[in-house]
Amino acid sequence: MNRRPVFLITVLCFGFAFFYIPILSMIIYSFNASKLATVWGGFSTKWYGALMGNQQVISALMLSLKIAVISSTMATILGTMAGITLARFRRFRGRVLFSGLVTAPLVMPDVIIGISSLMMFILMAEWLGWPSQRGFTTITLAHITFSMVYVTVIVQSRLVAADQAIEEAAMDLGSRPWQVLRDITLPVISPAILSGWLLAFTISLDEVVITSFTTGPGNTTLPLLIWSKVKLGVSPEINALGSIIVVVVGIGVFTAGWIMHRAERRRNLDARLAYRTNG
Amino acid sequence: MQMRAPSSDAALTDPFIRIENVSKSFGTFQAVRNVSLTVTKGEIFSLLGGSGCGKTTLLRMLAGFEAPTEGRIFIDGQDMAGVPPYLRPVHMMFQSYALFPHMTVEKNVGYGLKHEDMTPAQRIDRVAEMLDLVQLSQFATRKPHQISGGQRQRVALARALARAPKLLLLDEPLAALDKKLREATQFELMNIQEKTGVTFIVVTHDQDEAMTLSDRIAVMDKGEVRQVGRAADIYENPNSRFVAGFIGSITTFDGTVSGISGDTAQVHVPEWGDTVTARMTEGIGPGKPVSLALRPEKIILSRDRPEGPNVQHGVVRDLGYFGKDSLYRVTLPSGKLVLVHAVNARRRGERLADWDDAVWLSFEPEAAILLAQ
Amino acid sequence: MAGGQENGRLARWFHRRGWSDIIIAAPYVWLILFFLIPFLIVLAMSFATRTPTAPPFSFGGENPIMNLRGYQRLFEDDIYFRAFLTSVSNAGFSTLLCLLIGYPMALCLTRVSTSWRNILLMLVILPFWTSFLLRVYAWMGLMGTNSWFNKLLTGAWNGIVPDDMALRSIQMMNTNFAVILVTVYTYLPFMILPLYANLEKLDRTLDEAAMDLGSRPFRVFVDVTLPQSIPGIIAGGLLVFIPAAGELVIPSLVGNSAQPMIGRVISDEFASARDWPMASSVAVALLILLVIPMMAYTYFSGKAEQRLEDRK
Repeated sequence: MNRRPVFLITVLCFGFAFFYIPILSMIIYSFNASKLATVWGGFSTKWYGALMGNQQVISALMLSLKIAVISSTMATILGTMAGITLARFRRFRGRVLFSGLVTAPLVMPDVIIGISSLMMFILMAEWLGWPSQRGFTTITLAHITFSMVYVTVIVQSRLVAADQAIEEAAMDLGSRPWQVLRDITLPVISPAILSGWLLAFTISLDEVVITSFTTGPGNTTLPLLIWSKVKLGVSPEINALGSIIVVVVGIGVFTAGWIMHRAERRRNLDARLAYRTNG
Repeated sequence: MQMRAPSSDAALTDPFIRIENVSKSFGTFQAVRNVSLTVTKGEIFSLLGGSGCGKTTLLRMLAGFEAPTEGRIFIDGQDMAGVPPYLRPVHMMFQSYALFPHMTVEKNVGYGLKHEDMTPAQRIDRVAEMLDLVQLSQFATRKPHQISGGQRQRVALARALARAPKLLLLDEPLAALDKKLREATQFELMNIQEKTGVTFIVVTHDQDEAMTLSDRIAVMDKGEVRQVGRAADIYENPNSRFVAGFIGSITTFDGTVSGISGDTAQVHVPEWGDTVTARMTEGIGPGKPVSLALRPEKIILSRDRPEGPNVQHGVVRDLGYFGKDSLYRVTLPSGKLVLVHAVNARRRGERLADWDDAVWLSFEPEAAILLAQ
Repeated sequence: MAGGQENGRLARWFHRRGWSDIIIAAPYVWLILFFLIPFLIVLAMSFATRTPTAPPFSFGGENPIMNLRGYQRLFEDDIYFRAFLTSVSNAGFSTLLCLLIGYPMALCLTRVSTSWRNILLMLVILPFWTSFLLRVYAWMGLMGTNSWFNKLLTGAWNGIVPDDMALRSIQMMNTNFAVILVTVYTYLPFMILPLYANLEKLDRTLDEAAMDLGSRPFRVFVDVTLPQSIPGIIAGGLLVFIPAAGELVIPSLVGNSAQPMIGRVISDEFASARDWPMASSVAVALLILLVIPMMAYTYFSGKAEQRLEDRK
């Protein structure tokens, strides 16, 4: 289509306005001097200052980060295994069930996942004695389960798209299966594994419903903290906190996008170089 | 144009690769049916056939990626049953080249050498030697996406040859290349094979490729081997209508043997419109139905009625002019369309015949191929 | 020599070494332990009875195995039916709006030049990576009765309508409207991305062929583009509808508590009323409601993948 599709571009612009106006509004009002979050009372950065000293926020952040790192790493390991299984192992007993178990968490409402996990943990505590106290461990276990399926989807689709012949070629040249996995399969899907890790990390950091069910006293993650404050209404501290999070994520996404853009540019140059050398 | 000096028949008695009664089924589908073949050491052997004929399955069984449902495969006297691909002295050049995208050309070529008992210095030398063989030394540090398709193929070849395998399998090696590159690569492959002395088994659907490249060809159809032999043997002496029609162009007629005298047979061929004198072959007896097959270049087209047996007149329906030669489609009185090929020996566009011209067709008894039905 | 099994090549050699067992088993066992078993617990719990013990359930009563009391209440008590209705209608409207807004956006993304496309895609993805909770919160800021946004809209409203219909402020918070609006806001990327993936892979020469034969751009869209994008529409639609139906956060924060959605009902039954069996019954009912959309999702997203496979 050479003609500029005016209608579509208009919708696109409205769409982006729709996306960003609320966020921009929140960021602007985080500098609001007035305590009434919606009435402008002059410019001030005091809420950011208050945040820095807020022990509750900082410990919640630390807890969230710890959980996120552990759960995303474990989720990536398990998810990659599951992705390889689904992409490379065509038939094994119980494949249908496995496939279903991997798809279900993606579409199941998190309320149900939350109450089911909690019930199980309580029953386990009753019958097995463990976990005696819900908290860090139970949250992490739930996060791993929930986010590993996202990693699986990413890894699986990357593997399916890759040329299977390279694994055969490696075997043909003398490598045993575990060597093929180490030398060929994993390196080739490493971008997918990395995106999977990032996605799992973000999911864990942001998770609220399941966490609220599987947590215990004294274990308040950052989302849970925000959730409890937000239930009380709009407040300038949350404006500030939200703005920081949005900006940090924004920088992260832009950086990632820029790196990928550069890598793609280099690939295009390489391809053009190859074409010219010919042979 | 036959490029290879044929290997001596004596070598055929000392098979390097033996495929004995191999069959492969996938569920109810039989991909390979009871195939037996022998390949001599240092030969270039082709498996030729259309898609679905089983040639790729057979190749994969040689490589070890599939196991035969029945039968055995021997490489240099060793039974390959139960031997996984990474332990076989066989390497493969994949159709998609299958280069490792995250490794340089050097690393790709040297990948298999890890399993050889060599010092690191020896490995480096070997990689350099292989890159030199395929003339890619200056691209050693490039990655696969930085080199062209033809170059990637040479890397795949070098990689497969690095460990000096006893057998090299090539899966449709020329399929992805354009015409010019194909010709050049053909010669390169043959040169490399001569230099290294490795036995090649090539899978292809392209008959020209098979005929130029190979010492011997096995024509496959629906999982079976229909005929094995040198290119000339298969072309001039096909053993069936299928093989006759598969290789090159051909016109086939139905007929009945009316008489045999010595080494010639009289065949009543209604479509030709007369009795034909042809050279005898096995399996032909009086009264038996036969197929008579004629190669276009073996039929002589002339404006005047020629002498000799096997003469018929016809009308030129169509003609295709190719510069050096022309292909005519001539209709006989019976309505049968015959393909005739003639070299344009005369200059200045004095064509032998034009559209709708009346012409005479004739052929020697030796030129006719008789096939039992 | 026995024939090999129907299996991936890598797989068969893995089998010999036992590696495949680990690779398959580890995630499988994990999912069974931490996903399937909890799910089965919910299923079983829906047949139990509530007791004031801790944990608050028992399998006693008239019919210990198949106690359908919970399911009966679902039909008897109006509140459940209304909650389901609210959930389905909110989710349904949200999905429709996501489609109406998201489809043109996705289509536009496929039509702009490549240099713009990467930036725009990133701008679409950015909200997706930002905290879900914060995005809901951001709208709370706009919808409050004293916000600049509300004042703006109220002013505009008062400007167009006659004086006797003027308002001091528009009630946006704590309404179903708010739930739908925020759901659309937060779930829009989930509609755009699958749609974009589908549309991007379409063969543009088909459009050209249609135009060559005399169709105007709009007709080309209806005849060529739209039919081919149906798997994407369905995949994206279900990816929005199914989680939206079970949403808890959005209705809790901006919804009308007099008209709760099913997620809220489940949570309340579980936490406030401590009625595990009832909560489980409602949960199972929700799942039954969603199982067909879930299976449709798997089917259609598989179909969309199949299209790509065939193209190769």
